[in-house]
Amino acid sequence: MSQQKIKITAPFSRETAEKLRAGDQVLISGTIIAARDAAHKRLAKALAKGEQLPVDLEQAVIYYVGPSPARPGFPVGSAGPTTSGRMDSYTPALIEHCRISGMIGKGYRSQAVADAMKKAKIPYLAATGGAGALIADSIKKYTVLAYGDLGTEAIAAMEVVDFPAIVAIDCLGNNFYETGQAPYRTIG
Amino acid sequence: MREIQAETLTEAVKNLCIKACYTLPEDTYAALVQSEKTEKSPAARGILKDLIKNADIARKGSIPLCQDTGMTVLFVEVGQDVHICGSLEEALHEGVRRGYTEGYLRKSVVAEPLFERKNTADNTPAFIHYSIVPGDRIKIRMAPKGAGSENKSTVTMLVPADGIDGVKKTVLETVKKAGPNSCPPMVIGVGLGGTMEIAALNAKKACMRDINSKNADERYAALENELLELVNKTGIGPQGFGGTTTALKVHIEWSPTHIASLPVAVNINCHSARHAEIIL
Repeated sequence: MSQQKIKITAPFSRETAEKLRAGDQVLISGTIIAARDAAHKRLAKALAKGEQLPVDLEQAVIYYVGPSPARPGFPVGSAGPTTSGRMDSYTPALIEHCRISGMIGKGYRSQAVADAMKKAKIPYLAATGGAGALIADSIKKYTVLAYGDLGTEAIAAMEVVDFPAIVAIDCLGNNFYETGQAPYRTIG
Repeated sequence: MREIQAETLTEAVKNLCIKACYTLPEDTYAALVQSEKTEKSPAARGILKDLIKNADIARKGSIPLCQDTGMTVLFVEVGQDVHICGSLEEALHEGVRRGYTEGYLRKSVVAEPLFERKNTADNTPAFIHYSIVPGDRIKIRMAPKGAGSENKSTVTMLVPADGIDGVKKTVLETVKKAGPNSCPPMVIGVGLGGTMEIAALNAKKACMRDINSKNADERYAALENELLELVNKTGIGPQGFGGTTTALKVHIEWSPTHIASLPVAVNINCHSARHAEIIL
């Protein structure tokens, strides 16, 4: 399976979201939006109260990341994915109300998230956890958009070129964690 | 009695923090290189290659291996013939403060766990385990511990009748639940015996051991190997996308325990099994 890496642009167009299949290796260029635990908590609170969000997330590709501080002259420090599952309780609302076009993180998602993704026809991608130095090479610009007081957990726009990721769950609900592991499982 | 200045300890801890977060230890690096040769899944081999490349970039480019530069765990062995000039405890925290600030490391500690969760902004406090040992030296072993893997760790109070099979089942269940979230290939520390907190501490020590080491007791060393084989049959693989390298190593540390108890702690570490050590 030495497969060709597919080049795609973020935010994801409808066509891109629908063509990606679980297991595809991709290189993403464009703009992705960094947001993790604390930012999700605030966004969810604002949505619940019917308040306007500080950032327009329509079509956004959300990247679950909290980078390490940048050295002078660099846009960002180490910047690999954090565990997506911690965002699961907030995610269906972001998919339904904000109409995001995809997510990047690492690890399993809940059934509720998978259902919301399938309905909205959007993919969930995984970047390599613990490869923050390698991934940082593909991040060209980092601009805080909201919740700056959260520091590493602020919402920020990241301009990326050839950001490497794998499609973990596609818009049809195919799950590469399941299909990838099955052939190598030799105990119950 | 030998004197050591508090400032010497602070500088040592600062340097350990920076070194541990930028440079994958040789033992872990070699284990990744070896796993790439034996892994059966081509896709997984690609991921392992990326992890090796990541370590090379981090070391050369002075950028942390992982953005989660962790909570700072320190194991400090203090020789009983050493006199420390100044506050030992404060010297260690100050070292963390300086290391995480000057080294551009992420500050990932909140002051209180439930209500405000306000970041302490300098990664203090360090989590320190002291022991008093013979001699006139101080040994400090530092391990940054990320949350992705720490969150998937468990303590289970088995009973003696659960025996070896119970231990195997507990380790396997913990690993399966951890899956991709704890960034496999993992290094797994298993703590057996003691009280609840001693089991957990043993698991942490086991996690931080040199990857090439094995338990001094042959029976436990054999169980380490057997557990590794079992874990690698789960199919989870690097990053959870399937393969034969779910863990690089399983280590066991044990203590005496109660006639009615068999505590089992499983501390998962990610592939970025970072640690650094200095003897003063």
